[in-house]
Amino acid sequence: MSATLSDVTAKLLERYDSRRGALPGSLTRRDAAASSFRIAGLPSVRDEAWRHTSLRLIGDIIGRAPSQAGTVSNLLDRLPGVDGGRVVAIDGQVRDDLLRQPDGVRIYRLADRPDIALDRPASRQLTDLNAMLAEDGAVIEVAAGVDAGVLVLASLATGSVDAFHPRYVVRLGEGARLSLLEFDVGTGNYLHNAALAVTVGRGATFLHARVQNESRTAASIATIDLDLAASGVANSFTLNVGAQLARAETHVRIVGEGATAHLNAVQLLSGRQHGDVTTVVRHEAPDCASRQTVKNVVTGHARAVFQGKIEVARAAQKTDAYQMNQSLLLSPDAEADSKPQLEIYADDVKCSHGATVGELDAEQLFYLRSRGLPLPEARRLLTEAFISGALEEIDDVRLRAPIEAAVAATWAEWQQ
Amino acid sequence: MASLVIRNLRAAIDGKSILHGIDLQVGAGEVHAIMGPNGSGKSTLGYVLAGREDYEVTGGEVLFDGQDLLAMEPEARAAAGVFLAFQAPVELPGVGNANFMRTAVNAVRRARGEPELDAVTFLKLARAEAKRLAMPEDMLKRNVNVGFSGGEKKRNEILQMGLLRPRLAILDETDSGLDIDALRIVAEGVNALRGPDFSALVITHHQRLLNNLVPDRVHVLLGGRIVRSGGPELARELEATGYAAAQAA
Repeated sequence: MSATLSDVTAKLLERYDSRRGALPGSLTRRDAAASSFRIAGLPSVRDEAWRHTSLRLIGDIIGRAPSQAGTVSNLLDRLPGVDGGRVVAIDGQVRDDLLRQPDGVRIYRLADRPDIALDRPASRQLTDLNAMLAEDGAVIEVAAGVDAGVLVLASLATGSVDAFHPRYVVRLGEGARLSLLEFDVGTGNYLHNAALAVTVGRGATFLHARVQNESRTAASIATIDLDLAASGVANSFTLNVGAQLARAETHVRIVGEGATAHLNAVQLLSGRQHGDVTTVVRHEAPDCASRQTVKNVVTGHARAVFQGKIEVARAAQKTDAYQMNQSLLLSPDAEADSKPQLEIYADDVKCSHGATVGELDAEQLFYLRSRGLPLPEARRLLTEAFISGALEEIDDVRLRAPIEAAVAATWAEWQQ
Repeated sequence: MASLVIRNLRAAIDGKSILHGIDLQVGAGEVHAIMGPNGSGKSTLGYVLAGREDYEVTGGEVLFDGQDLLAMEPEARAAAGVFLAFQAPVELPGVGNANFMRTAVNAVRRARGEPELDAVTFLKLARAEAKRLAMPEDMLKRNVNVGFSGGEKKRNEILQMGLLRPRLAILDETDSGLDIDALRIVAEGVNALRGPDFSALVITHHQRLLNNLVPDRVHVLLGGRIVRSGGPELARELEATGYAAAQAA
């Protein structure tokens, strides 16, 4: 029998009550999160924001005997070889011995700066759960004008802890630059419920790519809250290939003029995987642009969800917002759900969105086969072509290479 | 020995019968032209030979070098040496032309037990071939047929043919939409392959291509049947008198 969502909510609250005294930072903030969570609980599919994604799997994970632990060295071997800074957390605990701090970047552990770490993001069920139980994480600050290069933020899960809720804050000063590569891997059964709050200063550039390649029996929830100041640039890409249940939720608030936000994603889902990319882009300032390209490739009995909301406040005139979601279904039982939403209160804006769901084109397949490509190779070439437009949106090749490697590994796995 | 033997071939699409019993033999090293008006079944014949699945073969047989062609998957036919130049080449957004052609050439080489070509060797080959066809080099970098003009698409087909080196090429109205110069270049592309191991079935409306690419035999396809066959002079006669007269004769 699997536990109901309210059973799991109760378990998580009990856990807070028993650990409360040992958690770092102000309890005022945590108690506030706990009381919100006590009222709302884990969202069910009756909650509009979670209509297409059920969290019931979490009930099978929380409080069960931990799965067999993977070794840390095996997981470390899976990290991409990228030069630059590095923050590595194992089961949610940041490891000082694995830290590499680049010039011009300050990195504090959560316990050293709990005031900053616990300050944001906004209250939502999963971020409240995170604020309530976060044990570790980091505050990463890039000083004004500094180009910090690449920073790898890696989460390795051994399966020996049933749930962890790391909390990260990234702050880019005026004109600063950072390429952040998140890399999530693991083995066994666990809930990884991460929260990342990013502040992009005036004229700063935040390039971000995330490889979500968690254990196929894990639940992975990652929430990003990103504030973008005037002339700032944020270009974020998420690759969902791992986990049994994954939700990548990004909230962007554009608060200064002339800023640009790109939120792109690719989901490659097979078996009984469920992947969810949810975005909320809120334009609060004029002359800003946002662009989103989300591509899903779904096979087996898997299901891909995209929910994308664009809000344009009255002050955000001359907003240029674009959103496209395309899904490719490779098997009869694969499923894709797309929920675009536009809320526009300004009158001089350009907003467009589109969603398509389709299969591989029979004529294209025949063309390739008539040139000698065996059917699996023809399918793969067309599938690669389908996602290529989204991958090209990753400007920084240092971020694109690990994404492409993870994509190639996924194709190889699918061909087996 | 004939490389292609078609006996009483019948085919249908969506339950509608198109080919009503085609008999045709193309000897090794021969070029045959198939002429006929729109809707006579010319393209269907090309698709059936290449193995397009939505055409249903309802009777007859096709032997290619003695093998039962109709029992083979499209990719196996390509490996065996069959090449169809499409009347309307398919666009492949997101697939680079050079990558596509190298994948195709290596798939065919693998199936034939030949070593694969590395990227550098292949590119050298492709560039030389493209130059021969007077194609701009950037066509190799673009996505397959995307944004190509009609003439560029046709030349791209001939480029693939040159790289895949088929034993039987079926050219489905490769001449339509080409200007005189392009026509000459395409014909030269085919002529360059002519030899004892290369046969071609050239489907066309017009005599024009056949001036540059002189066929050994010309067949008139009307209503899903070959109604008349002859030497190259038949093409000139058809140009003058039309298909209806050909049938009556």
